[in-house]
Amino acid sequence: MPDRPMIEIASVTKTYGRFNALDDASLAIRPGEFFSLLGPSGCGKTTLLRMIGGFDTPTRGTIAIDGQPMLGIPANRRPTNMVFQSYAIFPHLDVEQNVAYGLKRLKLDRAEERRRVEEALAQVSLKGLGRRGATELSGGQRQRVALARALVMRPKVLLLDEPLSALDKKLREQMQVELRSLQKAVGITFVLVTHDQYEALAMSDRIAVMFDGKIAQVAAPKDIYQRPVNRQVADFLGGMNFIHGNLVGENGTAIEVETKGFGRVATQRPAHWAVKGGAVTIGIRPERLRVLWDQETARHELAGTVVDRHYFGEITHLVIEIPGMDKPLSVTETNDFGADDIPVGAPIRIAYEPDALVAMAD
Amino acid sequence: MTTGRRFLGVNWLAVYVALYVAFLYLPVLLLPLFSFNDSATPNFPLSGFTWKWYEGLLATPAMLDAARNSALVGVAAAITATLLGICAARAMTRYRFRGQKAMNGLIMAPLVLPEIIIAVALLLVMLRLGLELSLLTVVLGHVLICVPYSVTVLIAGFEGFDHSLEEASADLGETAMGTFRRVTLPMVTPAIVSSLLVSFTISLDEFILAFFLTGTDSTLPVYIWGQLRFAARLPGVLALGTIMLVLSFILLTIAELYRRRAARRANVDGGPLA
Repeated sequence: MPDRPMIEIASVTKTYGRFNALDDASLAIRPGEFFSLLGPSGCGKTTLLRMIGGFDTPTRGTIAIDGQPMLGIPANRRPTNMVFQSYAIFPHLDVEQNVAYGLKRLKLDRAEERRRVEEALAQVSLKGLGRRGATELSGGQRQRVALARALVMRPKVLLLDEPLSALDKKLREQMQVELRSLQKAVGITFVLVTHDQYEALAMSDRIAVMFDGKIAQVAAPKDIYQRPVNRQVADFLGGMNFIHGNLVGENGTAIEVETKGFGRVATQRPAHWAVKGGAVTIGIRPERLRVLWDQETARHELAGTVVDRHYFGEITHLVIEIPGMDKPLSVTETNDFGADDIPVGAPIRIAYEPDALVAMAD
Repeated sequence: MTTGRRFLGVNWLAVYVALYVAFLYLPVLLLPLFSFNDSATPNFPLSGFTWKWYEGLLATPAMLDAARNSALVGVAAAITATLLGICAARAMTRYRFRGQKAMNGLIMAPLVLPEIIIAVALLLVMLRLGLELSLLTVVLGHVLICVPYSVTVLIAGFEGFDHSLEEASADLGETAMGTFRRVTLPMVTPAIVSSLLVSFTISLDEFILAFFLTGTDSTLPVYIWGQLRFAARLPGVLALGTIMLVLSFILLTIAELYRRRAARRANVDGGPLA
């Protein structure tokens, strides 16, 4: 069965007293996939990760790894290894001893153990730091040690609990790239927990977005960003203009929505969507709206007035009021043509592609 | 830099510090000074250097008995207080529970209660219980006053202990016993050693409880007190006092070094996450 998932989570619920940390979550993670659990703090993503690793037990539901049910199997006998949020580097051991910690139990011969430690250190670019004490490492180095210590065990699944959250922005971005290429090189299934949407978008093959103990959407980064199933997912992943509309036509999954401003929009019905009296929310990302300069025209355009402007270095956020629309539109424009110089109060025209308009549940 | 400290051209802060330090430590320093003095009375001018008072100590069986008693009591009290301290410190750092503050207060209370009151109370209870006064009753009393010190040192050592270190060990395939042996024990050992040394030193130097609760066997401080009645034995007492002073100083210094090592380890990991 080549399509067997590496991790299969079936109707898993975790309750603490009367609080549902995780509520009937089901998920299948494929072999060799870089999978992210994304959501705000308290959404249940860490609880789910810890249950995969064997540090918590589901109240209901089952977890299987590589076809093996994990019920009753403790963390030390699971084919998973974890990079902890605090890194959990053993402070009384040096780098090599930390990396070799799990190998000691395998009773390898000395040369083989050394070879594997060296290999793991090379994978995370820590060659030559083996004798360095744990107390003498920088945050980035400790993170690499935590990675090497887990990878050296050659797990079927590597679990990463917010591994980059303690690093500064520049190092974090560099580590995102490195983690992604490391995952490709070793081919191990990675499951990452993060609250940072950019991190999830930049690294993952697929993302599960979670809120309040429930999985809201599972999809590839581009799909989840461009076609969020509801307003909550849309909001969490970045800016979104929400437009009210009324359902006027329906044919299978294809729907037609009448909106103020954007006219009649043909789009797809979102997943888990209950129509409430014909009212539909349509969304469009601010960067999918484009300023039209001078005499330039477009097939689909809107005219309005700039009411506010925010400068962010490489981009500018324009807030544009369109006559007939309830709320002004946010437009993100790169600064290569001088969007940062458009005066507040100026008349402006903007263009859009109809396929950037997506229907979503509230 | 000295603005505001000078008045009439004098740095009064420096004068104050000098007086303060002199008042605190000069009398204590006189002890070793006179213990090496040839004369049998502690008077200036010094008459000459000698080791004879120290040699005399070794030839005093009663002193050697007292030293042996002190060592026994100290070791027993240190081990007992540290074992109890480990339980309390583990509970207070690992869990949050009702009455935690009150429990901490109760453990620390013997530090501020008048020691003579504790001594009298313990004496009454032990006699009522029909316990024969002996070194064992001294140990019981010393455990009571060592536990607060032990708990303080141990909490500092356990506080930063990150539970995820134990989880990481399990994650890497280690069993519960193996995790205790390879991670937990080495992590907390410095704090435990520090607690043992501090408790031993407290017990070694303690007088009031030992005086009230001992039977015929005396500990070193009780022995010293007994010797003070005889003027001729004063130099010997000074020599013994000097040895105890130096020993306490060394033990506490080692304890502090261990405590710092424990604190440093705790800071590498598990400290509250930035």
